[in-house]
Amino acid sequence: MARTPGDLTPIPAQTVGPFFGFALPYEGGPDLVDRSHPQAVRLHGTVYDGEGAPVPDALIEIWQPDGEGRIPAEPGSLHRDGHTFTGWGRAAVDAVGHYSFTTVEPGPTAAGAAPFILVTVFARGLMDRLFTRAYLPEHTDALAADPLLASVPEDRRHTLIAARDDDGGLRFDIRFQGQDETVFLSYPNTPQVTGPVD
Amino acid sequence: MAEKPTDPDAAAASQEEIDAEIAQIHRDYESRKATDGEETSARLNFPPYRSSLLRHPTKSLHHADPEEIELHSPAFGHQDVSPLEADLTIQHHGEPIGERIVVTGRVLDGDGRPVANQLIEMWQANAAGRYMHKRDQHPAPLDPNFTGVGRALTGPNGEYTFTTIKPAPYPWKNHHNAWRSAHLHFSMFGTDFTQRIVTQMYFPGDPIFDLDPIYQSITDPKARDRLVAEYDHSVSQHEWNTGYRWDIVLSGSNRTWSEQEEH
Repeated sequence: MARTPGDLTPIPAQTVGPFFGFALPYEGGPDLVDRSHPQAVRLHGTVYDGEGAPVPDALIEIWQPDGEGRIPAEPGSLHRDGHTFTGWGRAAVDAVGHYSFTTVEPGPTAAGAAPFILVTVFARGLMDRLFTRAYLPEHTDALAADPLLASVPEDRRHTLIAARDDDGGLRFDIRFQGQDETVFLSYPNTPQVTGPVD
Repeated sequence: MAEKPTDPDAAAASQEEIDAEIAQIHRDYESRKATDGEETSARLNFPPYRSSLLRHPTKSLHHADPEEIELHSPAFGHQDVSPLEADLTIQHHGEPIGERIVVTGRVLDGDGRPVANQLIEMWQANAAGRYMHKRDQHPAPLDPNFTGVGRALTGPNGEYTFTTIKPAPYPWKNHHNAWRSAHLHFSMFGTDFTQRIVTQMYFPGDPIFDLDPIYQSITDPKARDRLVAEYDHSVSQHEWNTGYRWDIVLSGSNRTWSEQEEH
């Protein structure tokens, strides 16, 4: 039995499953800019399960403003032309749960706003995508004034802030469970059902 | 709740044990629905789906007021997707084996507005229930004429159409003698990134529905029905294909109307 006429209830999600590797990742997906771009930065991390084991079948998407805080409106993410910044990318993790993007650091979308990259997580075993934010670590005044970060308990706030690598990269690990469980986000019009939680 | 093996390939439980776990969760849901509200999505924490045990958040999702980037989606255009990619039966030199089907419908947002010019991706197993994926090693044949990946851009009224082969059910290792209901995987974007969704479309009357913990992770029967396409004879074509219709409703935009007017 299908949807009844006039019913505008959103459809449920289902897991991306184990077999998306031949379908969703694509050439150039993780490279929002070329590595030779003067502002190129690596955003990378590892996805961990509740036992601290790396998750080898997760898929990560990022969506972000450009370096000036402008929201990209240009198409071309699936066939990148090497010049246009489209703001969106997709990367499958490798056999040890590690993902890596090449992008630019986002600028603030409003004066004083804390810049962040929106991170979306899919995986086998994960029934619905999870959203989180990877904030840039250095904008300390903006981070202190950020309404979302302020609303998160202090002991969990660090899970939303990328770490700066010695080589200038940004490291953002994702933990489904455990002591440093990543803060995952919900939005007012976006139904999502966790089932029993702590 | 008793300790459950978290190895997704352990295949330790019987179908009867999985059925009983599902039935208990559904009974608990039904008994609390009047007070706790109707669930319209799948549960992240659904122990009968063993792979979810270590991969669901244990804490409540944290409420966020969406900011500018979350209220927009990436744009996709004809440089991204060729119209030919919506036909999964013409990607090789020969014809794939199986029942040729057309799946069509519209993508709407939760306010009934069409989601136009947006990317919709679809992937699937072949007519023998085998994926073109190196990790799918179950003994069913690959089809050299079928990859099982399609893409399309929605039309001005949110419409989409894929031509493909009906996939078969396939075995998996969630429990002993576990089989997945036949399904197509779908990935959609809305006008806000908060509407992003990956899901699965099912076929009407599948005999495996009741046995499938992924499908049953949607606790509400009305919500489960929303993932089931309907056979539509007007989509079937004389001596060519059978037809299914599946309309997709994303969650509501988090933008207000006035914000949308400005863009």
